[in-house]
Amino acid sequence: MDRSVENDAITRSDLSLRVISSAGAGQLVKAKAKTRRPFRQIRTENVFKRTLVIMGILMVILVLGILLTLVVQSLPSIKALGPKYLWGKVWDPVQDIYGAWPFLLGTLISSFLALFISIPFSIAVAIFLGEYYPKGWLPNLLKNTVELIAAVPSVIYGFWGLAVLVPIVRNFENKIGVQPVGVGIFSSSLILAVMIIPYAASLGRSMIQMVPSTLKEAAYGLGATRWEVIRSVVLPYTKSGLFAGILLSLGRALGETMAVTMVIGNTSIIPKNIFSPGNTMASVIANEFTEADKAVYLSALIELGLVLFLVTVVINMIGKKIIDRFTTE
Amino acid sequence: MNIGSVNYRIGKSIGFQLATILFAFACVVPLLAILFYIVKAGITKINWHFLVNVPKPVGEIGGGIANALVGSVIIILVASVIAVPIGIMTGIFLSENRKSKLAYWSRLSVDILQGVPSIVIGIIAYFWLVKPLRGFSALSGSVALAIMMLPIVVRSTEETLKLLPDSLKEAAYALGMPFHRVIFKVIVPCGISGILSGVMLSIARITGETAPLLFTAFGNPYLTTNITKPMHSLPLLIFNYATSPYNDWHDLAWGASLILLMWVLLLNIFTKLITRKWKVQL
Amino acid sequence: MESTIVKDSVVIKSRDFNAYFGTNHVVKNVNIDIPRNQVVAVMGPSGCGKTTYLRCINRMHELIPGASSRGEMKINDEDIYEMHPIFVRLKIGMVFQRPNPFPNLSIYDNVIAGYKLNGIKLARTERDRIVEHSLTRVALWNEVKDSLNKKGSFLSGGQQQRLCIARAVAMEPEVLLFDEPTSALDPISTSTVEELFHELKTNYTLIIVTHNMQQAARVSDRTAFFYLGELVEYDETKTMFTNPKDNRTQNYITGRFS
Repeated sequence: MDRSVENDAITRSDLSLRVISSAGAGQLVKAKAKTRRPFRQIRTENVFKRTLVIMGILMVILVLGILLTLVVQSLPSIKALGPKYLWGKVWDPVQDIYGAWPFLLGTLISSFLALFISIPFSIAVAIFLGEYYPKGWLPNLLKNTVELIAAVPSVIYGFWGLAVLVPIVRNFENKIGVQPVGVGIFSSSLILAVMIIPYAASLGRSMIQMVPSTLKEAAYGLGATRWEVIRSVVLPYTKSGLFAGILLSLGRALGETMAVTMVIGNTSIIPKNIFSPGNTMASVIANEFTEADKAVYLSALIELGLVLFLVTVVINMIGKKIIDRFTTE
Repeated sequence: MNIGSVNYRIGKSIGFQLATILFAFACVVPLLAILFYIVKAGITKINWHFLVNVPKPVGEIGGGIANALVGSVIIILVASVIAVPIGIMTGIFLSENRKSKLAYWSRLSVDILQGVPSIVIGIIAYFWLVKPLRGFSALSGSVALAIMMLPIVVRSTEETLKLLPDSLKEAAYALGMPFHRVIFKVIVPCGISGILSGVMLSIARITGETAPLLFTAFGNPYLTTNITKPMHSLPLLIFNYATSPYNDWHDLAWGASLILLMWVLLLNIFTKLITRKWKVQL
Repeated sequence: MESTIVKDSVVIKSRDFNAYFGTNHVVKNVNIDIPRNQVVAVMGPSGCGKTTYLRCINRMHELIPGASSRGEMKINDEDIYEMHPIFVRLKIGMVFQRPNPFPNLSIYDNVIAGYKLNGIKLARTERDRIVEHSLTRVALWNEVKDSLNKKGSFLSGGQQQRLCIARAVAMEPEVLLFDEPTSALDPISTSTVEELFHELKTNYTLIIVTHNMQQAARVSDRTAFFYLGELVEYDETKTMFTNPKDNRTQNYITGRFS
């Protein structure tokens, strides 16, 4: 085929002036050609198209640049410490001992605990808005309020957690007989649990609303109760979508920095239980990045950033893939 | 059929429904608690003096958050100037090229960008700007925040433009309009409410971001408008003062929290209104 | 201005014209001459390539990803595919199946959209003249002259379609293409639009794609019959409907397939 789709790449010769001289061309074309406007238009059109392509390339470069920067800056640590850095149990920059295990563990425990706490709530919101009461002012209010949870800055969650939640947790710890510090993994998980509710809830709601009503009607027609329809039709139909929403929440929790930094206690030792103070990857970077005075120290922190980047990217991509598959079905 | 078992099933169903309602509305409780507490703790601290003065050293009474307010506005403005045009143009690119290879990679990159933890963006801005320029600067903070804005602006632009009917574009092309005019005179004006709401949401989101500013804008106890120098911002101030041991500073941080919270919530509400008001009826 | 040109001189000429969607061959070796100031109807069952052919005339076809074309397409003996599409579309206006006024513009601005959105500055009086003239041509002026500042989407379907015709007419093109212009309209609006065709052909050449045989018979001077991407027959409308030469045409107009 000799003519392709694109009509760009117009050269000056293509715009042969005979176009203007052509018999019967409307007055307008003649008048406009005199002002050379079409030529300018076409040049702008090409510049614009090229700009758009550059923007598209820019996004790819940006992400590759981020990855490259992280890798290059973690090289000193990767070279000096090797892969055993990741399961090294001691982090003591003064003695030049670097082990990431306390942070990996702290991140995993705090995120999964948060996820565990938040799932019943976010799924309840999703079912309430998606199935029970999709319309009306009260559900609408609930929907907007849950969205607002995501809008509150994390530093405010952290501050509130420090001032209000930590004393409550300290009391609680006193009662159950663990060391009453207040700050620690448990407090940060509670804060995180609140913060990540909206992500799973809003995705879950839209997934549940996509369940074909014919399926539900078929079950109702067999005499199923509302709960039975939800359990045996709605939830199985949307389980991959709900899972994707939970993954997105997890991605949020893993990367969350400020709120966690403010209430987790910032102790770089392996947490003994869920109430002990600890550190996550993000919080240790936030705390120590500007203090890192040695090349390997700084590089070790960046390597944590690299790990965090890779883990969140993988989790988000899996979530996105599941959503894409779900919505195209 | 056994009537008892039917009753049991109905009861179970109602029980589950009640539990769902209970759990769903329980989500609102922490948010309300936070709002209530922040308003209670912050409202008494806010007055004119608070808004137009810079913080005083520990031990002196009074002082305000003018440096952080001005800093936040400047950092956000610069970030928007960088991110909004690039974001909208990229969104246009993606909606106009749905199938191309480059669009696929580009879209994937935007998806990845959306999930990058904010602290990592801070590290990146540190190595791209702070180190080469040999010093913390508001500009580096703005670039970090701009990177965070980008995916939101891109996706909302793309999603909005994708929903516009092709007939609009055809009408414009058939009138002999060049591509850029079709986009800027027809497509963008018709999708303006969606694009704007994406821009405003992205601003609302970065207004509260602290992590990317920790090692970029860094903070500054004095009022400055020089974007090549360290600058304070509201969330940074809240973080620094909230984690300090001084009660005076905590008070300052409560006032700042209330202002930040109102700023973010108003932006969210405003976005909703604009989306409704400026929507072009197709 | 047009009176100096011989009545039946050819405006649009295709030779061995082909169009594709990817590898799908949808228009096959079409040869056609469209005479000036006539109404030419293009009919055929759906999927026969008639709309694709129409969209090739003003190069709208190539806007669809994967679409391409080959062969000769000329306006006034100049190859359309050697001109920039912008010039082509300024000379050849188009009206679509569904009325598509710009929803963000007023009725007034919709009429001069071709100028306004192309950034062509006109004096206020000139604008007013074009708007009134174009709306009068499509018999819409009296209906909307008091509400020119309202949005175009507030009009009825038939009025919207006439607004779209006015928008095309305002650009003073040579040829007007209509892609099933009445299929989304009610019968009364349809007859109003059909009456317009007679009016418009004094200044323009009209090419109308329709799947409605009666409409083709009512409004056109010449008719082309497309079937499976081929131009089966092209003749005076009267001849075509009374004495078709091809069997397939015969079958189509007698309703043996559709």
